[in-house]
Amino acid sequence: MSGIPHDHYEPKTNSEKWLAKRLPIVGLLYDTLMIPTPKNLNWMWIWGIVLTFCLALQIITGVVLVMHYTPHVDMAFASVEHIMRNVNGGYMLRYLHMNGASLFFIAVYAHIFRGLYYGSYKAPREITWIIGMLIYLLMMGTAFMGYVLPWGQMSFWGATVITGLFGAIPFIGESIQTWLLGGPSVDNATLNRFFSLHYLLPFVIAGLVVVHIWAFHTTGNNNPTGVEVRRASKADAEKDTLPFWPYFVIKDLFALAVIMVVFFAVVGFMPNYLGHPDNYIEADPLITPAQIVPEWYFLPFYAILRAFTNEVWVVQWASWITGGIVDAKFFGVVAMFGSILVMALVPWLDTSRVRSGRYRPMFKWWFWLLGLDFMVLMWLGAQPAEEPYATIALIASAYWFAYFLVILPILGVIEKPLTPPDTIEEDFNAHYGAKGADDTVVTPAE
Amino acid sequence: MLRTIALTAAIALGLGSGAAFAAKVPAGAVTNIDFPFDGIFGSFDKNQLQRGLQVYTEVCAACHGLKYVPIRTLADKGGPELPEDQVRAYAKFYEVFDADLDDFREAKPTDNFPASQLENAPDLSLIAKARAGFSGPYGLGINQFINGIGGAEYVVAILNGYTGKEKEEAGATLYENIAFPGGWIAMAPPLDDDLVEYADGSPTEAKYLAEDTAAFLMWTAEPHLNGRKRVGFLAVIFLSVLASLLYLTNKRIWAPHKGKYSA
Repeated sequence: MSGIPHDHYEPKTNSEKWLAKRLPIVGLLYDTLMIPTPKNLNWMWIWGIVLTFCLALQIITGVVLVMHYTPHVDMAFASVEHIMRNVNGGYMLRYLHMNGASLFFIAVYAHIFRGLYYGSYKAPREITWIIGMLIYLLMMGTAFMGYVLPWGQMSFWGATVITGLFGAIPFIGESIQTWLLGGPSVDNATLNRFFSLHYLLPFVIAGLVVVHIWAFHTTGNNNPTGVEVRRASKADAEKDTLPFWPYFVIKDLFALAVIMVVFFAVVGFMPNYLGHPDNYIEADPLITPAQIVPEWYFLPFYAILRAFTNEVWVVQWASWITGGIVDAKFFGVVAMFGSILVMALVPWLDTSRVRSGRYRPMFKWWFWLLGLDFMVLMWLGAQPAEEPYATIALIASAYWFAYFLVILPILGVIEKPLTPPDTIEEDFNAHYGAKGADDTVVTPAE
Repeated sequence: MLRTIALTAAIALGLGSGAAFAAKVPAGAVTNIDFPFDGIFGSFDKNQLQRGLQVYTEVCAACHGLKYVPIRTLADKGGPELPEDQVRAYAKFYEVFDADLDDFREAKPTDNFPASQLENAPDLSLIAKARAGFSGPYGLGINQFINGIGGAEYVVAILNGYTGKEKEEAGATLYENIAFPGGWIAMAPPLDDDLVEYADGSPTEAKYLAEDTAAFLMWTAEPHLNGRKRVGFLAVIFLSVLASLLYLTNKRIWAPHKGKYSA
């Protein structure tokens, strides 16, 4: 499967040969697990395992929760309370599922920003990046629909606001919104279809995860230097890599265990910290909450959505050009989806020859500013739509777009990058010393 | 790099607290109270829950309900832990509607508490989780990280927050309350000093009655709090041991490949 030369599975016994001739599944698993992996990967390369774990956790807890949940507007809220009170271990299942979504997004943001810093999206890994972006979009859809299921106040009003975004599309918006909701407003039909899709999409995600892994197993992992593994011969490749098992499996499992300590502390001691208190009030279409706030992981994009008001000249200009077809609401919707689209297009927007941000002195500053920008947007997404937040949100949104559409293309031209090491081996040895280079090295016992 | 990850996670957690933004509660109106169930090792005090149940029954239940709470759970471990016969006797205090009989009948322990009697009196089953007593600073959720979300504190603040001023609005009397969003609440001041007489001789000043009520309502909102913290504690211990073992394993298997280090 991998383009990096390495040992392949050889069936030895007769039964192994018998199976391999008919279904080479052992060989497939062997090649997947033994993929040569750059040995200089740092701790930011652990998030893939965390994400895989999250998907499994969400599917397993979710499947069990479904056994006790009732998707009906009159019963959904009470059925969640039934899970919390009467189902054995139900409160734990639900808190794991609820906070599992947050861990999932913490991990995916770390994973995405890792990719942005080390240029993991650049050729030849564009497909891996695009598939990753699709997974991220599906994750957002799944999480959003899952949040509607408990049928609390924030579930209901969040669903009303977000599906309302589609209503902002000129001419066909209202029809699309009605089609999505299954009626004129958020009601039982909406709850049922969201439930159905919330159960379906994780399996679509699982399928895409396989493609995601397949893609980067073909190109090989990126690494902190952005330098490719030498693949002229197996001997060359082995100087730069170590097999995934056991070296990276154990390393990743260690990182996962540390993250699980924090995760279980949150679930055990403050499971509602990341949630919204209003969602413990049953949905009431007649009472609008004081402030409608999405879950924390949507806040940066929610801030971008709200940043473009009628007072912004770009919005006025767009409205004038289109004869009023593009209003502030639609402009905001386009900006929100656009902010993710520009991120998906980054493989073609970044013009630098050097892959890793480690060797790009100017890029580094802009990158960290983007990280800060993301945090600021997240904070703004939960603030009321008033000054000074509105102005800050506009600046922060503008920077998000500028980073991808202006700064990255120009940086590649004007920046003078440092010279990356020639090989991964060189980088690894610079950190850890060459094997056998030092006489005091003690070989491990046994 | 691990430090960076930890920092990122901490910031994300801080920023992430949706609850931090919910409160429209006037700043400073809610003060932190050291409840027995606070903190990692905190658990419900069954005597306090029993006192709170008494206040609920004698005062709150006149208007409010607990429709999600089964009466039998009063006997559950980690709750008020009433003896079974007392729970059966307690259930008879209520009447519930039976769809099979098409009539009201005496409640049994397997029934839930009745719903609210008054239309504008909210159900109290989840009130201690549906309100945030703390927020900020600057919507960052740090106060909640330190003091908890503050639902129980909010209940106390409301019960003790009356200034004594009243006004008439659209034919209804509203009472000024410093903790209530908007400052005017329809609920008349429910508690007075010595309104309830405790069998165990605990103090019955209004502020203690309020705290006992809040503790009881925290239990109705989160009946498995004790069990949850125990599971969390065990998981953290177990996973810490697992992480340590994996750390050592990882160090050991990598050692031959790292020239500077040895196993």
